[in-house]
Amino acid sequence: MSAADPIDHNPAGLTVELGRDRPIRLDCGVEMDHVVVAYQTYGRLNADKSNAILICHALTGDHYVADPHPLTGKPGWWDDLVGPGKLLDTDRYFLICSNVLGGCMGTTGPKEVNPATGKPWGQSFPVITIGDMVQVQARLVDSFGIDQLFCVIGGSMGGMQVLEWCASLPDRVFSAVPIATAARHSAQNIAFHEVGRQAIIADPDWMGGDYLEQGTTPKRGLAVARMAAHITYLSEAALHRKFGRNLQGDRDAFSYGFGADFQVESYLRHQGSTFVDRFDANSYLYITRAMDYFDLAAEHGGVLANAFKGTKTRFCVASFSSDWLFPTSESREVVHALNAVAANVSFVEIQSDKGHDAFLLDEPEFHATLRGFIEGAARHRGLAAKGAQS
Amino acid sequence: MMMTLGNGSLRVDLKLIADMVEPGSRVLDVGCGDGTLLSWLGEQKQVDGRGIELSMSGVSAAVTQGLSVIQGDADTDLKDYPQGAFDTVILSQTLQATRAPKDVLSNMLRIGRRAIVSFPNFGHWRVRAGLAIGGRMPVTDTLTYEWYDTPNIHFCTIRDFTELCRVLNIRIDTAIALDRDGGVLPMSGAGRMANLFAAQGLFVLSRGSI
Repeated sequence: MSAADPIDHNPAGLTVELGRDRPIRLDCGVEMDHVVVAYQTYGRLNADKSNAILICHALTGDHYVADPHPLTGKPGWWDDLVGPGKLLDTDRYFLICSNVLGGCMGTTGPKEVNPATGKPWGQSFPVITIGDMVQVQARLVDSFGIDQLFCVIGGSMGGMQVLEWCASLPDRVFSAVPIATAARHSAQNIAFHEVGRQAIIADPDWMGGDYLEQGTTPKRGLAVARMAAHITYLSEAALHRKFGRNLQGDRDAFSYGFGADFQVESYLRHQGSTFVDRFDANSYLYITRAMDYFDLAAEHGGVLANAFKGTKTRFCVASFSSDWLFPTSESREVVHALNAVAANVSFVEIQSDKGHDAFLLDEPEFHATLRGFIEGAARHRGLAAKGAQS
Repeated sequence: MMMTLGNGSLRVDLKLIADMVEPGSRVLDVGCGDGTLLSWLGEQKQVDGRGIELSMSGVSAAVTQGLSVIQGDADTDLKDYPQGAFDTVILSQTLQATRAPKDVLSNMLRIGRRAIVSFPNFGHWRVRAGLAIGGRMPVTDTLTYEWYDTPNIHFCTIRDFTELCRVLNIRIDTAIALDRDGGVLPMSGAGRMANLFAAQGLFVLSRGSI
């Protein structure tokens, strides 16, 4: 069987409703008994349910990992990695990826209708955490009857979820790949998020968060938030290589005005304006907040190593040399904590000038390392090279 | 820091080290290069192996093989591990390149029950002759760098090493004198003869009684 098999794969994704029988208690204290989760699966779960890999997406990602995005038509965000014979081999593994709690691609979030009021949640949506996202993912994994995931993998905010899984549900994670991430959100990163949030809130069309009811969209604010954030995903070297100080194609001199003279301006404006067509402004506020609140050490008596005490999970931590949003030093903190509990850990810093976004891009050395780690973990899990058939 | 002296089949001195490792034990290889020794130990002795390596190419090659290796070095990364985390900690041809060999050695015997250490002997007659007669910093088969580009910053002789073990209350369980190819020389590994004729020293160490 392969993922090319048309049965049980719907490119549009799937949904499941959770919490009816047992409400989901959020960190803020609110209990939710109606949570819809939009997700996607690839490949097939084997008979003993030992070949499942959970993919965790980043801040503005979603569950369209290897399917065209329904709003933009662009290929899935990890299309290079997921498929038959690829690094995350759909012939061997059962891949699950869900849109996070608070997201805007089908999972319950501020954009969705609150069944209690019949109106969009908007700002009445409870403030969520990375731990809440993981809790909901765990319920989804439960719904497949999977006790232990073969691997939990993700970059950036997805990596935070990976670490949270390993800390809060260690027995359910055989191997873990936190990529370009940190065990806590730094002051600088909180600062950048705050700039983005204030841009949204300052947009009159935000309407106190009630824009869906008022029939407006805070496009300008959300676009500025995206523009600021996008700079943090790149490196100076990458920006220079791509644009330098070059003027836009049809210009050979400054306009002596505030139009987009430079290519880099035009690029950022494009990033901002296309983002608003696929992302919800309130979701952006809630999810960035969840990242800001993340601090695994603080949740474990101030000692990060305590979060991993007794772990049997096999870890592969990866960072990128030019990533200044989640620099290598943050990954090293995680590695030091894992060493302190004598965990089984691999750690690589990939040389790249592509900045934080490198985890989404074609980085052959990164992919080779990842492939080796997953292959090694599969051997230890007893997942033979062609043994994923059910 | 790691000097990769050869790839592929197990170097003679690595084979010697590998033979000393107990099957199924927990091993940390500090400066593991591309993981040649760890890979051999995993396959032949079912060892639960971990590695630390400074060079990115080494780490990448090791992890790609499915080995558990982190990018780091002996000076900064040994302190994190808890006491007794490993049965054996291996430091092959790397001690002389560490910033603080004394701390490295102490840490190895804190986190490991046993340590296996090999290093080039600066007391070897060729080294002595090179300096005494030639008047130049020695460049030999085991010490291949010029003084200005060597990563080796803390050379010692076999006698210096045994003295450091005494100071640190480290017990020398085995001492083997090796020639430049890693072959075993017929003499006590810790004596004056070894200090003159061994190109490398190979020591098995454990924590001394207090």
